[in-house]
Amino acid sequence: MIAKGTFRLKSGLAQMLKGGVIMDVVNAEHARIAEAAGAVAVMALERVPADIRADGGVARMSDPAVIRKIQKAVTIPVMAKCRIGHFVEAQVLQALKVDYIDESEVLTPADEEFHVDKTKFSVPFVCGCRDLGEALRRISEGAAMIRTKGEAGSGNIVEAIRHIRAVNRGIAIIQGLLKQKKTAKLKAAAKEFLVPLKLVIQTAKLGRLPVVNFAAGGIATPADAALCLQLGVDGVFVGSGIFKSSDPARRAKAIVEAAAHYNDAQKIAQVSEGLGEAMPGQEIDKLATRLASRGI
Amino acid sequence: MKRIGVLAFHGDVIEHLQATRAAAEKLKLKTKAVEVRTKNDLDNLNGLIIPGGESTTLFKLCQQAGMWEKIKQIDHIFGTCAGAIMLAKKILHKEAEQQVLELMNLTIDRNAYGRQTESFEKKIKTQLGPMEAVFIRAPKIISVGRGVKILAKNNSEIIACEQKIGRKIYLATCFHPELTTTKFHEYFLKEVFK
Repeated sequence: MIAKGTFRLKSGLAQMLKGGVIMDVVNAEHARIAEAAGAVAVMALERVPADIRADGGVARMSDPAVIRKIQKAVTIPVMAKCRIGHFVEAQVLQALKVDYIDESEVLTPADEEFHVDKTKFSVPFVCGCRDLGEALRRISEGAAMIRTKGEAGSGNIVEAIRHIRAVNRGIAIIQGLLKQKKTAKLKAAAKEFLVPLKLVIQTAKLGRLPVVNFAAGGIATPADAALCLQLGVDGVFVGSGIFKSSDPARRAKAIVEAAAHYNDAQKIAQVSEGLGEAMPGQEIDKLATRLASRGI
Repeated sequence: MKRIGVLAFHGDVIEHLQATRAAAEKLKLKTKAVEVRTKNDLDNLNGLIIPGGESTTLFKLCQQAGMWEKIKQIDHIFGTCAGAIMLAKKILHKEAEQQVLELMNLTIDRNAYGRQTESFEKKIKTQLGPMEAVFIRAPKIISVGRGVKILAKNNSEIIACEQKIGRKIYLATCFHPELTTTKFHEYFLKEVFK
């Protein structure tokens, strides 16, 4: 008896990506650069977040033809984004056999009330979060992987760090409650998070999210990637940070090496040398649109 | 006391460390399971595990760390999924610059089952007993040559095998025993302690 599309298979693929770097790409050429640099997967999208931010308007799922070209160009997993709540875009991405679907706040949300019911899909989903409540809501909807949202396309790591710390703090709090057997407070937390108590207790017992958790949004340098990993995430997504820099191939390779050796400052120093210009960064307060507040 | 390293650049490293520790405890074999990221980390290892992950990425990071030739000197190596690819003599559907360690006499096809939608799990029989097997974007062993002993098949396909060359042993699985059982880790440890 063969079983496909089980949660173990969905979360299992994310387990195999841990420690790695997943890169945003908009065409086959970018995808090949990412693979050659050592990316563990690529994320196919129409425009990188910095361009979505600059161009404005509604951002949607990529053209299927572009996704197919990217799938043909590389041998590593290919992920793609759908709009929050847009389950038909998700169906299309599943039909295209992408390896992971990112239900992403970087695209313009399609539904302000509901996320996609991810349990209905055999392709796994990754979703963004800003804190433990958002993370657990997405997991209870069937997400097999989580990423902290950060502020995509900003070139500024501050929001990613805020979200990593918020998740860590949330876990520490429920861990404390479990240790002190404060069941009523755990129940209150589950109620506040709008998730089953079972999931809160499971997370408290594990002392971490029950699925793989990457960082995303604003990672622009090798040191940014290592910072996220030292704070305890399992890997990183790099969006605009690579292809909006002056030397994408070198920067991509440097970020991969920094992620693999994230505790080795000598190594991070070495790979950071002479990388050219990083993507232009922006102060969060000056941003016209805050992508992270979409889809809570 | 034996030291087992897990190649720790990326992949399901923690799962392999946990499975190794659980297997050692079960067998009461004094073992230290450690992460391996540099050439120096390869010193004084009695065995190395290459985890699941992306074989292209693992190859590049091993090369950049100058570990390639030194890994080949290790007597006991166990590879799962991407790790099995790394051990093979020949790979199909490789990424342009990708190389493999060429330690086991087998030909392996990357992502041979297809994309993630084709990933599957199944109860299988192996020479080490029955177990649940998880295949995630798994490679297929297309053929094995002289000296390779088959440890498990799925229908007609070889999914686990070993090759002993003198005191060396190489062990490869297309699936991820580290996610479901310690049987393969127990077997590997017993070989290391022989």
